[in-house]
Amino acid sequence: MIEIDNLGKRFGAIQAVDGITLKVAKGEVLGFLGPNGAGKSTTMKMVAGYLAPSAGTARVCGFDVVENPIAVKRRLGYLPEGAPAYPDMTPRGFLKFCAELRGFTGADGAQRIARAAELTQLGAVMQQPIDTLSKGFKRRVGLAQALLHDPAVLILDEPTDGLDPNQKHDVRSLIRAMAAEKAIVISTHILEEVDAVCSRAVVIAGGRLVADGTPAEFEARSRHHNAVSIVLPAGAAAVAAAAIRAIAGVESVEQADLGDGAARLTAVPRKGRDIAAALRQAVADQGWDIAEFHIERGRLDEVFRAITQASPGARAGGAAGHA
Amino acid sequence: MRETAAVFKREFAAYFATPLAYVFIVIFLALAGAMTFFLGNFFARGQADLEPFFAWHPWLYLFLVPAVAMRLWAEERKTGTIELLLTLPVSLAGAVLGKYLAAWAFAGVALALTFPLWITVNALGAPDNGAILAGYAGSFVLAGAYLAIGASVSALTRNQVIAFVVACAVCFAFTVSGTPVVLNFFSGWAPILLVDTVASFSLLTHFQAITRGVIDLRDAVFLFSLIALCLYANVVIVEWKKGA
Repeated sequence: MIEIDNLGKRFGAIQAVDGITLKVAKGEVLGFLGPNGAGKSTTMKMVAGYLAPSAGTARVCGFDVVENPIAVKRRLGYLPEGAPAYPDMTPRGFLKFCAELRGFTGADGAQRIARAAELTQLGAVMQQPIDTLSKGFKRRVGLAQALLHDPAVLILDEPTDGLDPNQKHDVRSLIRAMAAEKAIVISTHILEEVDAVCSRAVVIAGGRLVADGTPAEFEARSRHHNAVSIVLPAGAAAVAAAAIRAIAGVESVEQADLGDGAARLTAVPRKGRDIAAALRQAVADQGWDIAEFHIERGRLDEVFRAITQASPGARAGGAAGHA
Repeated sequence: MRETAAVFKREFAAYFATPLAYVFIVIFLALAGAMTFFLGNFFARGQADLEPFFAWHPWLYLFLVPAVAMRLWAEERKTGTIELLLTLPVSLAGAVLGKYLAAWAFAGVALALTFPLWITVNALGAPDNGAILAGYAGSFVLAGAYLAIGASVSALTRNQVIAFVVACAVCFAFTVSGTPVVLNFFSGWAPILLVDTVASFSLLTHFQAITRGVIDLRDAVFLFSLIALCLYANVVIVEWKKGA
């Protein structure tokens, strides 16, 4: 549904996006990750037809964004960064305007507005000026606008930024509920979101695509993938740590004091080794009084840092804030 | 077309969503009246026509029309809604036209509300209503020309104050380019062709012909060409500024 083909954007001397190639199929929720200024928003703006690419192109539902931008815009729901909306309008007036621009008038338009408002739970504020709404409601007005025409492709630039935990949960549920029927791209800084909604994630750094995989694949790249952590009395920690270090397949043991006389030991396995069974055995044999036994899936933030800081294209700063 | 109509509707309503529209209309009417009666000596002239009324319009528009135009694009860029507008299925030309026509229609509403003056002259005497109609048409197109200039300037910045001041300056240049002050500056050294070209850009000269009730095709062609050129520039500027 979305084909990004060697897309590039140059702002003067800054190469903001440098040859990104990517496909998103129906049923996928793609998480767009990367540090600030990596080129996430710029890429989304180009696919949405706001910025003209300086190289390459993108196709949405088979329509080329350079050659046929209007056809792309008809099929695309786009939430720009910061969810801009006309501050003097009410959500109802604003959605009505968007519906008219998309050719939905009269009963059809009213029905679509009602549906979008229901999906994003705007009911209570439909008649208040957008200016007076909280950040969470503003974001949802932007989301409602993107859903108005039930598009085949959704591009959401930081859809949960500024929402409280309940609202984040609602938006994620909404995205998951729509996922089967659409191709969805969301950009985010929040790594837990990748786990919560994305079926696939790509990492962009320095305008280049540096990693592409499922959340599980990203977790597997973590040093802590399949690491085992146990919580036990601090007094026994030193002895236990030494014993665990001796287990075959354990690369290192990290110790953290949790306070209240408890300590956490994290056994990091050598690459590809499974140490859970050996640890369980050790706990049983030595009779440690453990309060918690936990097998980690991997730490996304660790993988994210490793990818974005190690990649040759990554730089500090970059093309942030181009509007 | 449908998209342009939707943009027009939203933009026109936006003027009335804030006190801007009412403040503008009240001030426009007050100043138009003051200029006609005090500066134009409406009664002392002893003639039943609206020439003193129309004669002051270029000067009135000079600073009032940029106030209407300044928000057109600067505000969109400031609030970020330009990204939303231009990712909805509307062509850039359609959006530019819709916004411009809305501003022009708003200026038309303000102008139409001066109708009591027309009633007044008809009550006082027997004016040439054809000439008055021509004056209104000319004034409306003149406002359109100033607006087109102001809209292009507004696309250059995200700051409405800058848009206003620069638009006033550009409009002023277009207004006075036919007056001796400007022409004397050029006539000493520049070729006649250049002097004539500068003089021909004067909105004042083109408008004064119309207020006397003479609609010359050349004046109309000039004003509409200026509008078309400015709107084209508007499209180019918005496109260019998007990436920067």
